[in-house]
Amino acid sequence: MQSFELIRPESVKDAIGAQSERSAFIGGGTTLVDLMKLGVMQPDHVVDTNRLGLDEIEALDDGRLKIGARVSNSRLAIDARVERDYPVLSQALLSGASTGLRNMATTAGNVMQRTRCPYFRDPAKPCNKREPGTGCSAMDGINRNHAVLGTSEHCIATHPSDMCVAMAAIGATVVVEGRKGTREIPFEDFHLLPGDHPEREHDLRSDELITHVVLDAPLEGAVSTYLKLRDRASYEFALASCAAIVTLEGTKVTAARIALGGVATKPWRAVDAEAALVGEEATAKMFEQVALLAFQRAMPLEHNAFKVELGQQAIARALRDAVQQASQGEHQ
Amino acid sequence: MADATLDATVGHVDPDDTSSLQTIELTVNGQTHTLTLEPNVVLLDALRERLNLTGAKKGCDHGQCGACTVVIDGRAMNSCLLLAALAEGQDITTIEGLADEDGTLHPIQQAFLEHDAYQCGYCTAGQMMMATSILNDKDIAKDPASIKEAMSGNICRCGAYKNILDAVQSAHRTIEGA
Repeated sequence: MQSFELIRPESVKDAIGAQSERSAFIGGGTTLVDLMKLGVMQPDHVVDTNRLGLDEIEALDDGRLKIGARVSNSRLAIDARVERDYPVLSQALLSGASTGLRNMATTAGNVMQRTRCPYFRDPAKPCNKREPGTGCSAMDGINRNHAVLGTSEHCIATHPSDMCVAMAAIGATVVVEGRKGTREIPFEDFHLLPGDHPEREHDLRSDELITHVVLDAPLEGAVSTYLKLRDRASYEFALASCAAIVTLEGTKVTAARIALGGVATKPWRAVDAEAALVGEEATAKMFEQVALLAFQRAMPLEHNAFKVELGQQAIARALRDAVQQASQGEHQ
Repeated sequence: MADATLDATVGHVDPDDTSSLQTIELTVNGQTHTLTLEPNVVLLDALRERLNLTGAKKGCDHGQCGACTVVIDGRAMNSCLLLAALAEGQDITTIEGLADEDGTLHPIQQAFLEHDAYQCGYCTAGQMMMATSILNDKDIAKDPASIKEAMSGNICRCGAYKNILDAVQSAHRTIEGA
């Protein structure tokens, strides 16, 4: 691992002051240290966030939940308010990584988690995300794990987070602080599509630090589930995953939030499927129909075409599982 | 001095350039050690190369196998991905600190022996450290499925999983019955 200067500020202001184009913030380090060992990330300065506080989970008066950047994935998953109001988030967190990694990984770090694309992780291979303009090795390579939604001709890397998929479905705001003050970024705008610039992954300026993620107030009476489909039953990234939240009136769907992981270049909200489901009967047939809509614009490649059908099944099954809870009287 | 060579190996830096060295205090198994090291040294290397605590193993070195698992402030962590400096001020427990001072084995160690819960032994320290943190965690259920899920980050290439599960359940019964 290339050496670097470790800066350990004690306030958010000092942390922002220490940040530059050639530095990186560290939370738990589960992504950054891994990628520094591989030579994929080579910051001159690493700015430690562990002395900044930012480790509280706070219920706001308007019903939202404010999560400090440094709250660990383990702690967030078992927080009583998260388990009660956002079980889909708890399930998503617990389906990610391993016990040891979840104990280290932070909320902001998970938002900033980088792709597992093997070509991105190998500095010997061309990669537009790591080295703009060098080409995409995955396009004609082994692209079984890659995205079918939100891709561009320059990058098909999948966003790897489970937590972010649940947050996309719940709706959230990323609170950031920089030299010019604080900003609130809607969660759906935080991660960027690769487009012509896959090296730009998020709407964070170089001096800005994520201080909190604020979850929208929970939908009243909603039922939800997080379904993750993968090559082994635990400790594996998603091939396709779905966070589904629905509210029902009788047998009719009154609101639907559907987000996907493992199939897209960013945490993916399936808005067409959601719109089509609202007002309809909550039946397995209807779930299968709206699932098709989510993949209408999918761009499958040689090895990942199976993800279209797998992703559709993830949606249909997640909706079915969520609605089954309603009939059993379990809420959200 | 042999240590100088080790420093260079661990930090991958010119041993004559001491500009970025930093001094930290690590509390490991109840003992506080003062170490001067490069900021890019991970806890696993500091434990193994500097403190000669070689129980925690380097398997994948990327957080994928769990062989390096240690317990920090009661929680299991992958020491290969944790910068040593970030563990300052925290209570680090390694496999060397698990047994009592008089040599009495921790219930998980006794259970691994009784259930033959290892073959080559390379992953065993990590398995036991993960198991102890799980056994102390009231939020993790102790039925077989929950234990398997909680320990899925600790890979055993010999495939001793069945006996590992038996050992963890047995240690749980011992601790609960104590």
